[in-house]
Amino acid sequence: MTKLKSLFVALVLTMGLSSAFAGSHGSTLDVVKERGKLMCGSNTGLAGFGNPNDAGVWEGIDVDVCRAVAAAVFGDASKVEYVPTTSKVRFTVLQSGEIDVLSRNTTWTVSRDSDLGLDFVGVNYYDGQGFMVKSSLGVSSALDLDGASVCIQVGTTTEMNLADYFAFNGMSYESVPVETNSEADAAYLAGRCDVYTTDASGLWASRAGYPNPSEHVVLPEIISKEPLGPAVRHGDSQWADIVGWSLNAMVIGEELGITSANVDEMKGSANPEVKRLLGVDAGYGAMLGLSDDWAYNVLKQVGNYAESFERNVGMGSNIGIARGLNALYKDGGILYAPPFR
Amino acid sequence: MQNNFIRKIIFDEKSRSLLIQTLTIGIFALVIYELVQQTAYNLDKRGISSGFDFLNMAAGYDISIRLIPFTSEDTHLRAYFVGLLNTLLIAVCGCFLATIIGFLVGIIRLSSNWLFKNIAYVYVEFTRNVPVLLQIILYYSILLHLPQIKQAIVLFDNFYLTNRGFYMPSPILKEGFGIVLGSFGLAIVATYFIKKFFQRKQEKTGKQYPVFLINSAIVIFTPIIFYYIAGMPIELDSPVLKGFNFKGGMVVRPEFLGMLFGLSIYTAAFISETVRSGIISVSKGQREASQALGLKNNLVMRLIIIPQALRVIIPPLTSQYLNLTKNSSLGIAIGYADLVHGFGGISLNQTGRAIEIMMIVMLTYLTISLIISFFMNMYNKAVQFKGNA
Repeated sequence: MTKLKSLFVALVLTMGLSSAFAGSHGSTLDVVKERGKLMCGSNTGLAGFGNPNDAGVWEGIDVDVCRAVAAAVFGDASKVEYVPTTSKVRFTVLQSGEIDVLSRNTTWTVSRDSDLGLDFVGVNYYDGQGFMVKSSLGVSSALDLDGASVCIQVGTTTEMNLADYFAFNGMSYESVPVETNSEADAAYLAGRCDVYTTDASGLWASRAGYPNPSEHVVLPEIISKEPLGPAVRHGDSQWADIVGWSLNAMVIGEELGITSANVDEMKGSANPEVKRLLGVDAGYGAMLGLSDDWAYNVLKQVGNYAESFERNVGMGSNIGIARGLNALYKDGGILYAPPFR
Repeated sequence: MQNNFIRKIIFDEKSRSLLIQTLTIGIFALVIYELVQQTAYNLDKRGISSGFDFLNMAAGYDISIRLIPFTSEDTHLRAYFVGLLNTLLIAVCGCFLATIIGFLVGIIRLSSNWLFKNIAYVYVEFTRNVPVLLQIILYYSILLHLPQIKQAIVLFDNFYLTNRGFYMPSPILKEGFGIVLGSFGLAIVATYFIKKFFQRKQEKTGKQYPVFLINSAIVIFTPIIFYYIAGMPIELDSPVLKGFNFKGGMVVRPEFLGMLFGLSIYTAAFISETVRSGIISVSKGQREASQALGLKNNLVMRLIIIPQALRVIIPPLTSQYLNLTKNSSLGIAIGYADLVHGFGGISLNQTGRAIEIMMIVMLTYLTISLIISFFMNMYNKAVQFKGNA
């Protein structure tokens, strides 16, 4: 199916049909407002990041970015339509204008930022590539994996990191390419491969869904930097600012101690940055082309970064990832948003 | 003069149709030109790079199902050839297997044995009415449920059946193997003369000889005898379980087998119907006449029915070969590293050159299909009635 989709998108591009709406829209913001909802490119299903829950409602740390953007633009975090994308079609879908923002555990790299005509606007999760094996294999380090069969999602940075890592360490492997996270789980559990490699967060998420999570271990080696963040089409800086600052507002919210529960009383705070952020001091919304209470809506409806993290992937959730790198800079992590002024 | 010209265009049918056709072609060319221009413009506007320079860049990923050496440092162009060879491999093996199954089933469906006939009937109706993609996934899933690598099923000491593939020893050719190969070639040449010899003898005496048996024996035993004379110049490299996987030997991956079973079993159902219709199309009188001449049943089939049936069978058989080849692009569903999966999928994603890569892949399929059609058309000409055009 994914193949069909990418073919279709390529065809649409080829036929210049897309020129109809590419030519007409002045700004993405106007298009989104006119449509009345945000088109959000999401994962096909990765627990904690982008996954529909039992009731069919999308949840996850990536999904929260889209909800924040919808809250900022419409004042209503639910005005989002999710478009599940595989790792292979995600960029084409964004390029062709089918979605407004791609928030799908996507690594920010130089070639994607330039050559593909995209702009990454921030990082909502600092990740790194890891390996998961069955504990019965008795492997304790990735350097013991010489000769293993490795399940890997095609069209990812992971694929290239893996090739580099094994080549650099003089090890051989058999790559078993799969299309989606769930196919990878199936192949790994069936024993088609010894190792499943993807971003460590993805491994933890998969492991949480296995019949016996304790029979699988995530190896200590992290072999790459994977800053995951939302991306938009290149060339519309206003839209890039809106998406980027929707995410920043969540981080600043955490810094200032504003949560979805106390945001109303924080409006009365004497802290000038809180007043600017929540729109008590007018004028900052207009700079982005939004209403003054945009950040208030984000924090009220989606919550700050800490809330989103704990709800979706944190120790309180069934995935159980520690904050680590993703803690605020003042708590020992590297999460850092530019000042709101 | 001018008036005359216009009148001619309006009232003369030949001129009129010429004008309309020219206009149609002109508009068509214009539309194509516009499309190309628009695409280039759109790509440029979105800041998406285009061009074919990516072909010489390092691919950066590995392909484990391959016929030629490939590492992540090789270029996308080489990845293309790896994929192309895998596509050709599955197409050739698939067509071969589908033809054998198809002919057998087609003939069985015409047999008078009630049980066999109906088993063949159920097979045909079941396989050709279920989408081939589902069948491929079914066979692949079954293969994935074979024992895991540590519990491999052992056959004949050094063949291993696991859900990572079918491992077998690979032959290592040593000095002197040329002699065996040469003897094999000579044996094949010899069969031609032996056949001629017995044919002449049969024409003179009317007596039949078991030519096929004799020739088979020659082709099989000559190389074996020379193999021992040359001092057994083949060594077997057996797979050995070391660490995570078997080392050494050869392996047939479940992805390949899943594709092979799926494609050939599906296509064979269509081929069997083609074969059946071909045989039925030969008039009953032909069979009766040859039986009246005293030919045995299998000779009636081989000498009278099949040659005539082939004339009906070949054209639709060609389309089945084309279908199978094109359906091999479904390998993407189970991770068989064919042209669409590797070059048309992974390279596309790593470089973002969707239009260029899709064009290359489509042109490649077109070329493969045209080549198959060309050879099948030549074969078709060879089996047609001669001299009564």
